[in-house]
Amino acid sequence: MDISRRNFIKCSAVAAAATTAGILIPKDIKAKAEQTEKDWKWDKSTCRFCGTGCGIMIATRNDKIIAVKGDPIAPVNRGLNCIKGYFNAKIMYGKDRLKQPLLRMDENGNYDKNGKFRPVSWKRAYDEIEKHMKKAMKELGPTGIGIFASGQHTVMEGYVLAKLMKAGFRSNNIDPNARHCMASAVAAFIQTFGIDEPAGNYDDIEITDTIITWGANMAEMHPILWSRASDRKLSAPERVKVVNLSTYHNRTSNIADTEIIFKPQTDLAILNYIAREIVYNHPEAIDQEFLKKYITFATGPVDTGYGMRTSNHPKFTEKEKETVVREEFKYISKEEAVTLGYLGYKEGDKMVMKNRASAGKHWTISYNEFKKALAPYTLDFVAEVSKGDPDETMESYKKKLKELAQLYIEKGRTVVSFWTMGFNQHTRGTWVNEQAYMVHLLLGKQSKPGDGAFSLTGQPSACGTAREVGIFAHRLPADMVVANPKHRKMSEKVWKLPAGTLNPKVGSHYTKIHRDIEDKKIKFAWISVNNPYMNTANANHWIRAARQEEVFMVCSEAYPGISAKVSDLILPSAMIFEKWGAYGNAERRTQHWKQQVTPVGESMSDTWQFMELAKRFKIKEVWGAQKIPGLEGGLPDVLGAAKAMGIDPEMTLFDYLFAADDAKKYQWPDKVGEGTLNTEVVGDKREFTGTDGKPWKGYGYFIQKFLWEEYRIFGVGHAHDLAYFDDYYAKGVRGLKWPVVDGKETLWRFNAKYDPYAAKEGQDFAFYGGALKSIPHGTLKGPDASKPKKNLKNRAKVFFRPYMEPAEMPDREYPLWLCTGRVLEHWHSGTMTMRVPELYRAVPQALCYMHPEDAAKHNMVDGDLIWVESRRGRVKVHLETRGRNKPPRGLIYVPWFDEKVFINKVCLDATCPISKETDFKKCSVKVYKA
Amino acid sequence: MKMSRRKTIRSLLEGSLFVGFGGLAWSSATKALNKNDLVLRPPGAASNKQFVQSCLKCGQCVEACPYDTLKLAAPNDGISPGTPYFEPRDIPCYMCTDYPCITACPSESLEVSRIQKSTEEEASINNAQMGLAVIHKETCIAYWGIQCDACYRACPLIDKAITLDIDKNQVTKKHANLKPIVHSDYCTGCGKCEQVCVTEKAAIFILPRHIATGKVGDHYLKSWEKQDKIPTPQKDQKQKNDDVQSAMDYLNNDDILNE
Repeated sequence: MDISRRNFIKCSAVAAAATTAGILIPKDIKAKAEQTEKDWKWDKSTCRFCGTGCGIMIATRNDKIIAVKGDPIAPVNRGLNCIKGYFNAKIMYGKDRLKQPLLRMDENGNYDKNGKFRPVSWKRAYDEIEKHMKKAMKELGPTGIGIFASGQHTVMEGYVLAKLMKAGFRSNNIDPNARHCMASAVAAFIQTFGIDEPAGNYDDIEITDTIITWGANMAEMHPILWSRASDRKLSAPERVKVVNLSTYHNRTSNIADTEIIFKPQTDLAILNYIAREIVYNHPEAIDQEFLKKYITFATGPVDTGYGMRTSNHPKFTEKEKETVVREEFKYISKEEAVTLGYLGYKEGDKMVMKNRASAGKHWTISYNEFKKALAPYTLDFVAEVSKGDPDETMESYKKKLKELAQLYIEKGRTVVSFWTMGFNQHTRGTWVNEQAYMVHLLLGKQSKPGDGAFSLTGQPSACGTAREVGIFAHRLPADMVVANPKHRKMSEKVWKLPAGTLNPKVGSHYTKIHRDIEDKKIKFAWISVNNPYMNTANANHWIRAARQEEVFMVCSEAYPGISAKVSDLILPSAMIFEKWGAYGNAERRTQHWKQQVTPVGESMSDTWQFMELAKRFKIKEVWGAQKIPGLEGGLPDVLGAAKAMGIDPEMTLFDYLFAADDAKKYQWPDKVGEGTLNTEVVGDKREFTGTDGKPWKGYGYFIQKFLWEEYRIFGVGHAHDLAYFDDYYAKGVRGLKWPVVDGKETLWRFNAKYDPYAAKEGQDFAFYGGALKSIPHGTLKGPDASKPKKNLKNRAKVFFRPYMEPAEMPDREYPLWLCTGRVLEHWHSGTMTMRVPELYRAVPQALCYMHPEDAAKHNMVDGDLIWVESRRGRVKVHLETRGRNKPPRGLIYVPWFDEKVFINKVCLDATCPISKETDFKKCSVKVYKA
Repeated sequence: MKMSRRKTIRSLLEGSLFVGFGGLAWSSATKALNKNDLVLRPPGAASNKQFVQSCLKCGQCVEACPYDTLKLAAPNDGISPGTPYFEPRDIPCYMCTDYPCITACPSESLEVSRIQKSTEEEASINNAQMGLAVIHKETCIAYWGIQCDACYRACPLIDKAITLDIDKNQVTKKHANLKPIVHSDYCTGCGKCEQVCVTEKAAIFILPRHIATGKVGDHYLKSWEKQDKIPTPQKDQKQKNDDVQSAMDYLNNDDILNE
């Protein structure tokens, strides 16, 4: 009793640590800990941060989170965490947490674009939203609005947003920040397998003989997975080989047997070298039966541009145009003359980008054509093109490439290739993802325990929400797409919409929403659970655009960041443990949690914010005929059909989409929710005033369960089966890997031994994804329209994709490559982790990592403040030549978490033309002393 | 009770040192430490006693330090007033490659020669010996299995001064512990590790080298390590305190026959 509170916490921490460590605790300490924890409530949750998906246990007392521990029975982490996870308890309690809606106003309290932020009521905030949103939609139609969504949205938030935008407002202008991190992976999954997300799971780490990381600094970005990889290496140090491929030396090389430093973009060449080794020198390694039964060879166009706008755009500066001109044409380099020789290109030829709008089309080719295209990728050529460290000898580099190929090829050796942003953030990101599958599929080392190409995700629910719910501009839930009439019909059925309600025209992707705001094609935008004004390349453009008079920006945020700063209205958002939710990690594991505490201030979940928005629109306002640029005839008037279905046009979107009878049948109280807070459903102790000016009392029915169960319908029977809401809350369940069929999760997809959907097809393997499975015949030169399309049911595609240069490369004026990325200590733009004092102290600022000789060449010493400047902008940053990342001469690395070092002002917004994902890993810069 | 026990241990130790090879002056080690002994000095500093004597207390090194790392001791700090020192938990030494503090020093308190390995080699801040990082394993969360290593990643001499010892986590059976280890051959005592440590009180911290290091006697050499040069043993002096009498007394004493 005389023990101070701090001592109490200490005792409990000892007990928690000792339990996981299996240490016997002295009796008196144990008794003290039990006494302390008597009024603590522990409940399972997931870590707020990356895509690894660690399980955590949260302790609350007096409606506050007071402690966290790793969840000892969570299969991913078994009780461990990284340091971000270690601080989950602190992320919600930063001093400058936003607690009230804030509106830019003049002295008289009127909205003023150039006014100062002042607190307003939720009602006033929603009055402004309604006014500005309706104005934008009246002028521009459904495409006049846009939503920056997130891979950190809970499944329920994403689902509300998707349904509201697509079914309600009939707008496809919703796209997540996951566009910046996963889109290339998605495009390659769809093109290769016809269905999204990895075949394998994290158990592959414990099974495999070989871990190869391609542009994935797992040691910093997926620390818990990395500790599993390290353990695997320790378990069989002779047998298990680790290779780290990167454009600079990083921590992941620590346990690597081999580190390969390659020149940016040349991963395309290295993968073709491996394929060439297989096809030309080790044909015996090809799994012929696998190939014959399950594989088709394919290729696509190369003159696809770089996802930029064309150079005649009025907002481009002359400097920018030097690079942007390559969107329309480029001159073939010496290397490209070799790699594109199969198309007849010679050095100096002008390649006109004719397939900018059709970059994703592809057609089948024969094995012989495939083989022919690989011919130029000899060891000599690829080593010459790709060696990234000028201080490494050619001999040593070649030896490593040979060893790498040999590891893949070796009979009986299992191999997992991991990648993250190095592959995905790439102007040929879809291609390079496909090349990884190419190598694995040729060898039959795919969809088997310990064998497979594994795309790791960055965000906690990039898979679970952004991809599976489909909050992209082209997607619907469960891998369906807006452009497919059958998918629209299915979705209209689930959502009980009149036929023709859904908009078939793909909306603006994330970067294009920025561009549309600059071009005044979008005049109302909403930012939710992400920081688009800090995370998007070429930021100078977008920041200015957001501050234009005609645009109204809403930002749902927990902390003041750059996106909030450039907005006009800020809404305080509840954070992860202040709401019910679910995330889905990189191994298809969906994990749910309950609300643990009352949100701070007047903050509310984004689910609530969007449902409240739905109350402001009547069906008659949105389901009439709508103009859609580029869609002939626009969207039909479906009000008549709606009436015929018994839908009252005077109803609000909320009433119809979120509060109909089938929603209200999910009653509260509910067994799962027993003894748990649910602010959305029953309000909470705050009794603050809601968007209608009345005290918030809750919706009255179990909204989260309704959203989940309705969303579930999309995937059941379509290889995206999720379990029932209640199943995820069952005792001992720590997430389930979909497809969950008959209550059983799926470990390795496409493999009949493990995947009921593959087993149904009556063969050992079935790449059963349905998308893009009917494609033209053709040759390397192009498709042959005279032949009928080929049906590729149950087959995967092995793509040939050539090496091509990126949109911008170092030259005399901008002689250095710039690569950006993250650090272990901070999450994304740092709005949460920079507010945890310990993490801030650990890494208070972003540094520019540079080779010491490059620094000396510019007369710079460590700690100097320097400018990093590109054709687009510049930032000041302190120099570091020692430390965790060691770039080769000619390349610098700057992380992006620090808003004081706003590196995205410097980066180029070139994207993969297929996936529309920005390449944050390469552009050219110069440096000089500040 | 405790006091007397400590006393006994001390006299025992003193005794054993006395009859041993006598590599360490025990008196200095047992003397109570004062703050002056624990204080961290700028790079290139002389031994603390010499440093305090020669320091002009002019503050030029403090002036020259670009990071405000160096502070001048105030009269009540318990450190020789006016002398420069730093506290790495607040601001560590950033190991400027051009060591402006040393260059600014007008006396021999801070000297470039002290960051030279030999007179032939160029001076380098990497040779500084301001202190030595010490890890308290029980509060280091990396030793618990948490993937932390913030100190390792912050170390300017990463993979030299701090390396990671990787071993299997025996509780989870499928993760590895990545445990930081300090190497005194390389650690300069800059204190970046102490500054960034994420525990409430740093689990890795800098102590002056004379406090944080041990010393091995000259009587044993490692056969498994090739030595560049054999350390010259202490002077072949005759043992001063020959004590034949005590041997005789021992032998002649019949106490073994008594109870």
